[in-house]
Amino acid sequence: MDKPIAIQLKNITKTFGEVIANKNVDMDVRKGEILSVLGENGSGKTTLMNMIAGIYYPDEGQIYIDGEEVSIRSPKDAFRYKIGMIHQHFKLVDVFSAAQNIVLGVRGEKYNLKEVNARVREMSEKYGFHIDPKKKIHEMSVSEKQTVEIVKVLYRGADILILDEPTAVLTPQEIDKLFAVLRTMRDDGKSIIIITHKLNEVMAISDRVAVLRKGEHIATVETANTTEQELTEMMVGKKVSLNIDRPMPVNCRKRLEVRNLTFINNEGIRILDDVNFDAFSGEILGIAGIAGSGQRELLESIAGLQIPTEGASIEYYPPEKSQTEESGQESEEEFFKEENVGEIPAGEQLIGKSPLQIREMGIRLSFVPEDRLGMGLVGNMDIIDNMMLRSYRKGHSIFLDRKGPENLAEKIIKSLEVSTPSAKTPVRRLSGGNVQKVLVGREIAASPTVLLAAYPVRGLDINSSYTIYNLLTEQKKKGVCVIFVGEDLDVLLELCDRIMVIGSGRITGILDGRTAKKEEIGLLMVKNQREEREDYEE
Amino acid sequence: MFVKFLTSAIRISAIFLFGSTGEIITEKSGHLNLGVPGVMSVGAAVGCLSEYYLIKSIGTSVPFLLVLVPLIVTFLAGAAMGALYSFLTVTLRANQNVTGLAMTTFGVGLAGHLINLIKAKMAVIARASKYYTNLFPVDDKLGWFGEIFLSHGILVYLAIIVAVAAQLILNRTRIGLHLRAVGENPATADAAGINVSRYKYLATCIGCGISGLGGLFCIMDYMGGNWDDVHFLEGFGWLSIALVIFTLWRPALAILGSIIFGGLYIASSYISGITFAQIELIKALPYVVTIIVLIVTSILNSKETQPPASLGLNYFREER
Repeated sequence: MDKPIAIQLKNITKTFGEVIANKNVDMDVRKGEILSVLGENGSGKTTLMNMIAGIYYPDEGQIYIDGEEVSIRSPKDAFRYKIGMIHQHFKLVDVFSAAQNIVLGVRGEKYNLKEVNARVREMSEKYGFHIDPKKKIHEMSVSEKQTVEIVKVLYRGADILILDEPTAVLTPQEIDKLFAVLRTMRDDGKSIIIITHKLNEVMAISDRVAVLRKGEHIATVETANTTEQELTEMMVGKKVSLNIDRPMPVNCRKRLEVRNLTFINNEGIRILDDVNFDAFSGEILGIAGIAGSGQRELLESIAGLQIPTEGASIEYYPPEKSQTEESGQESEEEFFKEENVGEIPAGEQLIGKSPLQIREMGIRLSFVPEDRLGMGLVGNMDIIDNMMLRSYRKGHSIFLDRKGPENLAEKIIKSLEVSTPSAKTPVRRLSGGNVQKVLVGREIAASPTVLLAAYPVRGLDINSSYTIYNLLTEQKKKGVCVIFVGEDLDVLLELCDRIMVIGSGRITGILDGRTAKKEEIGLLMVKNQREEREDYEE
Repeated sequence: MFVKFLTSAIRISAIFLFGSTGEIITEKSGHLNLGVPGVMSVGAAVGCLSEYYLIKSIGTSVPFLLVLVPLIVTFLAGAAMGALYSFLTVTLRANQNVTGLAMTTFGVGLAGHLINLIKAKMAVIARASKYYTNLFPVDDKLGWFGEIFLSHGILVYLAIIVAVAAQLILNRTRIGLHLRAVGENPATADAAGINVSRYKYLATCIGCGISGLGGLFCIMDYMGGNWDDVHFLEGFGWLSIALVIFTLWRPALAILGSIIFGGLYIASSYISGITFAQIELIKALPYVVTIIVLIVTSILNSKETQPPASLGLNYFREER
């Protein structure tokens, strides 16, 4: 039962400026066990692990390895104590082969790639994974890259392996394979730490669970003696049900009609393959799929940022006037006045139009991109200036109107409870949740008729996530057509009216959000991928 | 005629080859040093000063030392410029482009000042020039072969040796693997236990030292110990940076590339009956071919022909 302790943390504290990332953390990991470190986003899991791996150095506290106090000042020190970390964002050199990446930083042996290749193959057989040591990283799939990372730390003789959210980018099949490998390594006597916030995986793989909340260690419990419910309570501090408010959609009319949408990227890969669907006003259409299945390209095609192949059609049906008045928008935009009352207008083609042209057509399409500080906001500009990115074309003076954006910024800060010193703070300095509130707030303030949101709650804590869910639901009530790309199936199942599943660029199913089952979606997500992989693997 | 042209092209190529080999080593660590013209100028000026004071103190009785000492001093002067650049960009994380351009203006100015100290006595240095040229005394007997391959000064051969060595070290050794990793993905290198800052410092200092030798060669060998216009070396510095792109960050290719650049640079004096404007146009050809290489590699978009992935980006471990 009680295996020997491999690594012990005592009283670890780490602060970044005024933010306390970890406070007085005590924790231990035994030999031959899998320990899950569970916590919400921002609970300090990764920071804590980075201190073991030598990326950060603790402000206070001690680390003991095999009972002896150690000082881990750099990743090199960590290797010396046989600690290896597999980061969430892979630390691999793209233009190097797997073997070159694996020997990177290894000292004290002859630099001979042939020997490395042989040793890598040997290791692969021992733990049961597939890897071609000569393959370049940039030619590899995500799962292959992760395998390289694992081999990399094993090659260095690591006895303590830390994996930072290893399953986030994998398909269910790949996760099963990974878990099998981890179990083999555990049985080989290694200590494995998995950072995660997915409860089902915690239950499936770990022997013990350490729960962190707001930088503090709450408890470490035996997985066999606990329940998901109990862990959730420890993790969030209060009982959380995913009770997202979901009113029935009313007054649905076709807003977007997507037909034969195919997109081929620069490398000639078919990212989207003959996508067909309709999106309606007053509903939230969820898009589920494994990351990188074409979600991004789909939204960008609608927003006019990507040009699909010929023959594709995205038609937009503007709302009727009466409907807009009901929803209580200030119709300061001129095009509403020109529009005929009650008549159903013909669709307008969006393909071939730039975002600016789309806006000039009078279509109010808002886009909350995945890459918030890259595509959505300018990090070095303050909140007011970021508001102006959407309004700079208004007005006739050669000088910009700063009053409007300033009011808007203040309004967003107040209504969405953005925690910021002032509206003049560069958005780069805000936390992820607040950045997202600013972005969503701005996009909603444009009173859109179509709202595209890609992973709007990624990296956000639970409270901020709920704020975003409520905002989207509010928009839906106003008759906006909301398209929500998400990764958490539970959220999709409670938030969306319909769920469209995308697998390898193809629509594999459109389900009713109220009746769909999680397993059903999971299967659809991997449907195409599985077909393609069969001939590839054998 | 052609033999003469090729011989001259090979001779002048040493300037570009030193310059670009040094810059390739620096860029492989992820630092784009636009200060090469300044580094070359300072290297050459300090080298000339050391030459002058050496002749004043020990005379010309030991010709061997009259080459070796300035060579080492020039390398160290270049490395010192590299250390300054590294301090600014690695330690203080200043913008690399701005710092590099500042190094060029600073370096050219400093070199002008230094060379003014011995301006009146340049003739002394010009006399020492002969120790740099004609390494092998056998060339006249071997016809065109001797002229093309054996008629050069020691620094021409050194440039080729350095380029070959750089190529081997970069691609065949662990040090090279680590250096390339630092330039491609410093966070990865750091996590692998490689001392990123040390690699960046060393690569930049060694690279600048090598680039500096190009300046010394230009003044002592190619110009025969004359240095009238202080801006003279600047153009060679920029061409060396262009050559790095032209050769796709490969020192071995730089040997060939530098000869092409050298040939294009001197081509105008081998074509009779052209106007001044045409001469200047021909001199611009190296830049034109560099742009063509850039266009072609961008269209091909192969991972293998791209610059180091974090070229120009400073690395800060705790950036969040």
